[in-house]
Amino acid sequence: MGALILRDLRRGLTGNSWLPIAFFVLVAALIPFAVGPDAALLGRVGPGVLWIAALTAALLPIERLIEPDRADGVLDQLALHGLADESIACAKIVAHWLTFAPLLLIAAIPASALLAFDGQALVKAELALAIGTPALAALAVAVAAVTAGLPRAGSLAGLVLLPLTVPLLIFAVANAYLLEAAVSLLLTAGAPFVAAAAIRAART
Amino acid sequence: MSAHLRFEQVSLRRGGRLLFEGLDLSLGPGEALRVSGPNGSGKSSLIRLAAGLLQPEQGNVERTRLALADDQLALDREVTLARALGFWVSSAMHAIEDFGLTELIQVPVRLLSSGQQKRATLARVVASGAPLWLLDEPLNALDSDSMARLAGVIQKHLAHGGAVLAASHQSLPGTWGTLELRP
Repeated sequence: MGALILRDLRRGLTGNSWLPIAFFVLVAALIPFAVGPDAALLGRVGPGVLWIAALTAALLPIERLIEPDRADGVLDQLALHGLADESIACAKIVAHWLTFAPLLLIAAIPASALLAFDGQALVKAELALAIGTPALAALAVAVAAVTAGLPRAGSLAGLVLLPLTVPLLIFAVANAYLLEAAVSLLLTAGAPFVAAAAIRAART
Repeated sequence: MSAHLRFEQVSLRRGGRLLFEGLDLSLGPGEALRVSGPNGSGKSSLIRLAAGLLQPEQGNVERTRLALADDQLALDREVTLARALGFWVSSAMHAIEDFGLTELIQVPVRLLSSGQQKRATLARVVASGAPLWLLDEPLNALDSDSMARLAGVIQKHLAHGGAVLAASHQSLPGTWGTLELRP
């Protein structure tokens, strides 16, 4: 399982892992052009905008999380090596979180500046993202497994993933960290089982 | 269990179609079996059933530790052949030599030809040390020299008490039992 995490981590970091992060910053940069440079208004809508940017950025890598390994027989070979599908899903969640979340947390600093956050708002935003990103990574892997091999999987993944993130979004933007953490824990714990069931179903 | 692979009254249905039923099969040490039949007769499905990647509708399948080579590469294309094989097996040097891949170990997998990639997947099976080899169309993309190398490796494996189940519509070199599937 450790070898799989390292492999996926290497593939993520040498691939296009910067693309979702660039997209995240770009969305944040566009908002002042859309609503104007009013710092008070940006401060009010900023936390929500930051999360919408994070959620949409989380969609971008979905098609490379499971499908390439399914199509290439890697998932079958891992199963033959005795690795449970749940363990495969856990490894992919950890690797995806490591390639996505730290960069997102760093990118949130310039994004917050573009949205006229003060120091306190930045700390709150970083805390909410730190709590929520494990759930985003877990959901991305689960949805990637469910949509693997389907035509137009990327579009379908958005329709499946975004509604599931609504509780996370509500509690994160409201700075209700304990409730956000509870939802994040629930999603992170449940996602490997959903992903594993989807991987198994794809073999039949 | 003395046999490396045993099917007892196995039935398999895929996509609503019954591929085979009541199939009994036993593959002991030193035995090789070729599964033949026309396209769609269930050769690859039988291999995946033997691997445990498919579940039978009825019956029981027992197996020892196994390794599978099918038409899927399952090797990281962006790294060298040595590193890609190293993800799956601790030491692949003997297998790499067996298939004449020594000069290619520092070449990224994506730059290998289809025949070289096929040899690499077969090398992964050989290096696994598993007593049961499952080979799905092992001759695809292989030239005559590679076929001879594969035949030699299989004979060595059988002589050491291993077993091989291969699905192929072509004749395989050496002595094989045969199982013909009909659609």
